[in-house]
Amino acid sequence: MFLLLPFDSLVVNLLGISITVLFTLLLVFIIVPAIFGVSFGIRKVYMKTLLKIFQWATLRIERGAKEKNHPLYKPYVNGIIAKEPTSLEEEIKEIRRSGSGKALDTPEFELSDIFYFCRKGIETIMDDEVTKRFSAEELESWNLLSRTNYNFQYISLRLTVLWGLGVLIRYCFLLPLRVALAFTGISLLVTGTTVVGYLPNGRCKDFLSKHVHLMCYRICVRALTAIITYHDRENRPRNGGICVANHTSPIDVIILASDGYYAMVGQIHGGLMGVIQRAMVKACPHVWFERSEVKDRHLVARRLTEHVQDKSKLPILIFPEGTCINNTSVMMFKKGSFEIGATVYPVAIKYDPQFGDAFWNSSKYGMVTYLLRMMTSWAIVCSVWYLPPMTRQPEEDAVQFANRVKSAIARQGGLVDLLWDGGLKREKVKDAFKEEQQKLYSKMIVGNHEDRSRS
Amino acid sequence: VSHSQITRLYSRFTSLDKGENGTLSREDFQRIPELAINPLGDRIINAFFPEGEDQVNFRGFMRTLAHFRPIEDNEKSKDQNGPEPLNSRSNKLHFAFRLYDLDKDDKISRDELLQVLRMMVGVNISDEQLGSIADRTIQEADQDGDSAISFAEFVKVLEKVDVEQKMSIRFLH
Repeated sequence: MFLLLPFDSLVVNLLGISITVLFTLLLVFIIVPAIFGVSFGIRKVYMKTLLKIFQWATLRIERGAKEKNHPLYKPYVNGIIAKEPTSLEEEIKEIRRSGSGKALDTPEFELSDIFYFCRKGIETIMDDEVTKRFSAEELESWNLLSRTNYNFQYISLRLTVLWGLGVLIRYCFLLPLRVALAFTGISLLVTGTTVVGYLPNGRCKDFLSKHVHLMCYRICVRALTAIITYHDRENRPRNGGICVANHTSPIDVIILASDGYYAMVGQIHGGLMGVIQRAMVKACPHVWFERSEVKDRHLVARRLTEHVQDKSKLPILIFPEGTCINNTSVMMFKKGSFEIGATVYPVAIKYDPQFGDAFWNSSKYGMVTYLLRMMTSWAIVCSVWYLPPMTRQPEEDAVQFANRVKSAIARQGGLVDLLWDGGLKREKVKDAFKEEQQKLYSKMIVGNHEDRSRS
Repeated sequence: VSHSQITRLYSRFTSLDKGENGTLSREDFQRIPELAINPLGDRIINAFFPEGEDQVNFRGFMRTLAHFRPIEDNEKSKDQNGPEPLNSRSNKLHFAFRLYDLDKDDKISRDELLQVLRMMVGVNISDEQLGSIADRTIQEADQDGDSAISFAEFVKVLEKVDVEQKMSIRFLH
């Protein structure tokens, strides 16, 4: 036993040195290309390999299920029940038509009208369009992460071994690497922007600040192993414009900012975020608000307008949904950013949830847990489409303009276009919508006579 | 109901159950925006909760939803002596009847009808107009002259309505 001691320290030393060397080499190989914006294509190869493994895994699970003669649980993205897209009027008329032979154009009340509301209500209990947008999307095939598995009783031994290997790779190799990269990226950002901040205002400062920002975002992108495909880059936002995009997670910012220069908008936080924010604003003008100022809509609008009117300032990046949605749909855009009158550059971001779901369910996970989950996924794969710029037409108001932009983004990204407010994640729906339904129904039973007495 | 349909509904049940205690409360239902804007939303939610209780478990959830299963052709010729399935025409009508009949005395009185009407039209119609609509409806349906609609009278009024289709929800496979 005592003979092992000198060998022990030797082995430990060798191990320590080799790990350090390995890590440094890796860091260099990743950071240096990030600085120059070059890519070796390693991540694409990684992605293809993973895809093949996932397909194999799915086949094994299906085989396992067939052996036991059970149907496999497959999630359906398009809803689980058949819903007819008819309006209130049409439905009620149909019910009445089958019930009586009376003339249908006289407005009146029938006992059978209740069937419409009853069925609609039960339909929404079984499957509604809104609440499912606030939880992570379900995957069709398993991606070797225990967090997304619904059919665990069919996993064979080989699959379990593969999964265990995956856990080892993700937690012991990828996670420390990514954390190290993230750390490097953030500290470089803070120090770089502070240093640039000491320079006198001018072209040199602008140039350096842009590149410092870009470089650090690129490092952060590699820290998450994000594999991003940019489309239509000729439509990238220009100075004096506003860039709007659909919001799925805080990572959206990093993804967009690593391909262009933006001015950020947001609330000043305390802690690490606050340090980063204060450093960034030294190098180039971002729009940060104090917590008290956020409620004052006029103040917000005024500062944003001032920013876009100055053509030397970078385009503003805004997420009009106001909260994170799970990337299967686009919800109501808040009209504030569309009232300013600047050119709007829409951007559609669509994540591929197979390699790692980027959606931040803020009611379930805090920021740190979320980042940990991100860093222990396989990768973050997404596509970014830059859409052609839009301006507000004279005959439309801010809300219509916002809806037009929203539809364009939804169409490009293949997302469902919803009119519901993302704020419904936390708040109750406004009574105005119920009143609309009641009004529609009232017309059906008493008609449109305006001269009838109303109490 | 097939195995996968039950799994799907269970998955839905758990996603609505924010408290994660295996039962749903009224608040859990009210969190669904499309249900909250339904004028009869509260009545429908009530239908899930048995008398005097505030929580419904998965079994109760499924029992209530079972009323809306489409009627299969091969079921019609089934065992006539057994208990009636929950999704029979009669039980579907009974479900709707219970939405009107708040005090569960098996009669829809004028007041109960007025209450439901008021829920459905909001503030858009005056009390007098609503009253006359209720009176006319009761007059047309009432056959035994008690100024209320019993279940049998209810069924008679709706005998031609395609209840099977209008009160059924199909699953996508």
